[in-house]
Amino acid sequence: MTTDNNNLVVQGKLADNERLKGESNFLRGTIADDLKDDLTGSFVGDNFQLIRFHGMYQQDDRDVRAERAKQKLEPLQNVMLRARLPGGIIKPAQWLSIDKFADEKTLYGSIRLTTRQTFQFHGVLKPNIKLMHQTLNQVGIDSIATAGDVNRNVLCTSNPIESVIHQQAYEWAVKISEHLLPKTRAYAEIWLDGEKKETTDHEPILGSNYLPRKFKTTVVIPPLNDIDVHANDLNFVAIAQDGKLVGFNVLVGGGLAMTHGDQATFPRKADDFGFIGVEDTLAVAEAVVTTQRDWGNRVDRKNAKTKYTLERVGVETFKREVEKRSGVTFGESHPYEFTERGDRIGWVEGIDGKHHLTLFIENGRILDYPGKPLKTGCAEIAKIHQGDFRLTANQNLIVAGVSAENKAKIEDIARSHGLMVDDLSLQRQDSMACVALPTCPLAMAEAERYLPEAVTQLEGLLAKHEIAQKSIIYRVTGCPNGCGRSMLAEIGLVGKGPGKYNLHLGGNRQGTRIPKMYKENIGEQQIMDELDVLIGLWAKDGQSAESFGDFVIRTGVIAEVVNSAEDFYA
Amino acid sequence: MSSNTQKNLGSTTALSDTQWAQLNQLTPSLTPAQMGWLSGYLAGLAQTQVTATLPQANGPAAEASSPEKFITLLYGSQTGNAKALAQGYKAKLDAAGIAAKLVNMADYKVKQLKNESHIVVIVSTHGEGDAPDDAVELHDFLASKKAPKLPNLKFSVLGLGDSSYEFFCQTAKDFDKKLAELGATRIVNRVDCDVDYDEASATWAQQVLDKVQDELKAKSNSHVVAMPHIGKPTLSVAAAQYSKKNPFTASLLASQKITGRDSVKDIRHVEISLEESGIQYRPGDALGVWFKNDPSMVDELLALLEIDGASEVSVAGDTLSAREALIEKRELTQSYPSFASAYAQLANNPELNALIEDKAGLRAFLGERQIIDVVRQYPVKTDAQSLIDMLRGMTPRLYSIASSQNEVEDEVHLTVALVEYDAHGHAHQGGASSYLTKRLEEGAEIQVFVEKNDNFRLPESPETPVIMVGPGTGIAPFRAFMQEREAQETDGKNWLFFGNPNFTQDFLYQTEWQRFVKDGVLDKVSLAFSRDQEDKIYVQHRLLEQGAEVFEWLEQGAHFYVCGDANHMAKDVHAALVEIVQKHGAKSAEAAEEYLTALRRAKRYQKDVY
Repeated sequence: MTTDNNNLVVQGKLADNERLKGESNFLRGTIADDLKDDLTGSFVGDNFQLIRFHGMYQQDDRDVRAERAKQKLEPLQNVMLRARLPGGIIKPAQWLSIDKFADEKTLYGSIRLTTRQTFQFHGVLKPNIKLMHQTLNQVGIDSIATAGDVNRNVLCTSNPIESVIHQQAYEWAVKISEHLLPKTRAYAEIWLDGEKKETTDHEPILGSNYLPRKFKTTVVIPPLNDIDVHANDLNFVAIAQDGKLVGFNVLVGGGLAMTHGDQATFPRKADDFGFIGVEDTLAVAEAVVTTQRDWGNRVDRKNAKTKYTLERVGVETFKREVEKRSGVTFGESHPYEFTERGDRIGWVEGIDGKHHLTLFIENGRILDYPGKPLKTGCAEIAKIHQGDFRLTANQNLIVAGVSAENKAKIEDIARSHGLMVDDLSLQRQDSMACVALPTCPLAMAEAERYLPEAVTQLEGLLAKHEIAQKSIIYRVTGCPNGCGRSMLAEIGLVGKGPGKYNLHLGGNRQGTRIPKMYKENIGEQQIMDELDVLIGLWAKDGQSAESFGDFVIRTGVIAEVVNSAEDFYA
Repeated sequence: MSSNTQKNLGSTTALSDTQWAQLNQLTPSLTPAQMGWLSGYLAGLAQTQVTATLPQANGPAAEASSPEKFITLLYGSQTGNAKALAQGYKAKLDAAGIAAKLVNMADYKVKQLKNESHIVVIVSTHGEGDAPDDAVELHDFLASKKAPKLPNLKFSVLGLGDSSYEFFCQTAKDFDKKLAELGATRIVNRVDCDVDYDEASATWAQQVLDKVQDELKAKSNSHVVAMPHIGKPTLSVAAAQYSKKNPFTASLLASQKITGRDSVKDIRHVEISLEESGIQYRPGDALGVWFKNDPSMVDELLALLEIDGASEVSVAGDTLSAREALIEKRELTQSYPSFASAYAQLANNPELNALIEDKAGLRAFLGERQIIDVVRQYPVKTDAQSLIDMLRGMTPRLYSIASSQNEVEDEVHLTVALVEYDAHGHAHQGGASSYLTKRLEEGAEIQVFVEKNDNFRLPESPETPVIMVGPGTGIAPFRAFMQEREAQETDGKNWLFFGNPNFTQDFLYQTEWQRFVKDGVLDKVSLAFSRDQEDKIYVQHRLLEQGAEVFEWLEQGAHFYVCGDANHMAKDVHAALVEIVQKHGAKSAEAAEEYLTALRRAKRYQKDVY
């Protein structure tokens, strides 16, 4: 293959999204006109897509959609906002501000912690949208490019113990996020009533048509793989020497999304391009993004992500182009190892002597429940906390940097508000779901609402087979887009229809193996029946310390996925 | 009609003997309603023949503009595949020179169905055999009793689905089955496509195209004059039969709540069938509804007074049971002084006696009580006939009609707020509203009549601009107005002011107004949702905000309509109008009032308030 662009670019009729991006005048569209239209709660035409680049999705309460159609009312249109929060760090004062907004101006009254290490507001009606952006802006938060065909919120391992390395890695996450951010003034103009200037916008990195598809970036600090590198397009694996960050191994082309019934789509692990020094970080990040910008498939959106570009042009070709564009040559990868992905729930002490409390938040949903006022609890902590909060990619919340004298007070609040419980099982900690119904328009099956009960059943199976002390990485995602990262679970469920899922088995605890489909389109009871049998076998025949995912592969219950382009569907 | 009429006809219109014979053969078998319809039909036909001869002179150009048959491509899409296929197919048909109309099922007007000649359905199936959201309404309509017979329709269905699901392509199967059951003919058999649908759909599309091409070509060459749409026939003969005294026994088609589940109001859209009545109404008219009292309330009343419900009573010469009389013949949900004085005599209660003497106090007392409240407060024993004689006869309730017959034909629609409240320690309901919305089952009989209202009419000229102010159920006649104006296909501008508590819960007929706006029928909508912000905003505030433009419209000859609450809203709207005319017309308060009086005299300022 040559670097002749004609061979590297997919020819054909461009996807409609390309037209709308190109015509949008740098993401403005006619959003401002839609804001004034009070006949509908929705954004129409291209604006429906364009608001995503501003961090919002138009959604409606699907539980009442059919009922409202009969009532001659439009669907209960609202937006979900996803904030940009590189590395998931937020200050107590910012927390109090979002807590208040969620309370007063959202339909659901909740703050949602997401697998993208940020928070979301769900159910914001059109008249409150500008107020929302202005409220966030007042405390230094925006939602630019947290959705749409751009580089989205940059993740960073939440490891409060390794505080020195974490601080350095976190700073890179922020720098990468800012470097790759759209430069258009559309966000400020539309939402913050910013001044309109005569000069046109310019997007030196993203281009006026932005990226072919969404793009996800992380900074990860081994041995933790909490951010799940293989779910991301671009990963910087922190390499430290003598307690100092010296550079990164660069992993490119991970991604979990697929489409039911379309075998040209599949989850794929990222490839290791090699090592770079810290000083080259931004140049390499930019080169990977611009290469994908120019070579990514703009004809078929289902094949537009970086992982497919790599498959099409070849890993070496892509890598050489990145070297050419960045002027950086990849060195040999430094050795590193991932050992786990979960958060350490409870208190830990960092090497800086500060204390950090990780609160387990089921499904990341912070809301006041009867007898469990989680949201009030978080706000109460925010009122006295001197450090910061860290949102994890596992949807949990770390109260970080607590001084010794504040420790008892914060624990008191956490306990009295149900944020700290003693009977939390490992299985519950190792379980995750995406949001799905009723708000996500893509959801085919329940996920978040199904998870708590499913985990209880799973706990029951583990107890039945007398291995209650063990756990399995268990994830449920409502559609094959994969926000719940089921495609890196030991047991992964992918929604197919109401109450029906594809059951995947065989991922590992480190998140470096993709699970394969075991049963297609089966009901909740059948899933538990299948798992009952398999967990029983694992309890009986599993080797010591052998995880469930390793067990099902060793014993041939399911074949191992080695190269998903070839063997995921085989 | 008799042969005498023949003598009165001029020579050009006289019928030949043969024609008379034919006519006399037909007439004895006709019902009055059919005769009425026929007279209108013939008049309409005459109209069309006159105009139909005109284009002939214009030659080929006129021929091109004559109504042609076309194929309607209906798609129901969830993820966009069906839509994309339909769009592709439309292009293919266009290229083949076949007139085709591409319509999302969500935007499809079901009334159009029976006028269609060819329909192609492309629809996907989701979850456990569910129709896409956009297809649900049409899907349900076809399965309902309202679905018309479609003997002249030709159709074909393409299904998209995933065969790993139990109910593979179920929605397509449903459409296919229902259309066939309604009498339509398949162009080619349904094809159910799996996830890889390209080939199967293309084959199907080509087959349909081949068949349709032949048919449509044959038709366009045949020069058969298609029956043009004729105006509603006049049915004055039959309609005159029905009145308040002699109501028509209609049937309830539907009663649908149109406020959201979190609304503080319960407002229903009620559809009633006038089929075979020949009844005609015009936008602005009201429908009189003879309702029946709540049997459970009647039973409680009988128990309180220790009356046997089966005991016979006499009402206006008829003998019937007390229970029946109370349910059907007597006014119980309002109370009135004549009952109070008769009842006071019976009760001989000093407090009640004193109240009878205090006119204002009595009015206030009765204003917040139904008959049963008075009985509960001052219990007595009495006999059935005495009770019946104390009570006033039932009066029908009038509802502003929310439909135009140009749109709904032999249906009539109402917008009914269910009156429900707690008072004096008991739950209460409005008599007619609870009858229409709670007690009457779909398909049940209901006695109705049309109450004309010539003081609430659209302008004579369809070009005249119209401003409509109708908060709450005051919206009803404006739905009729817009349906009428849409049917007239005119350029007259229309501006609606609507208000209610919440945007998400109380925007009555929201999706219909959205469609009217999208289709360019409704030019402006100004909304006032009083509880969506801290300061309560009502329609009069919106009028004032847009005062300059309101005045401009009035100066352009706009008609101004107000419907709804008489006590507050209509007065506030009037005050706002005075202010607008003063400010933007540079007039004194007095001159502004005169301006509005002149408008009223010119029938350009009309109210339907209650």
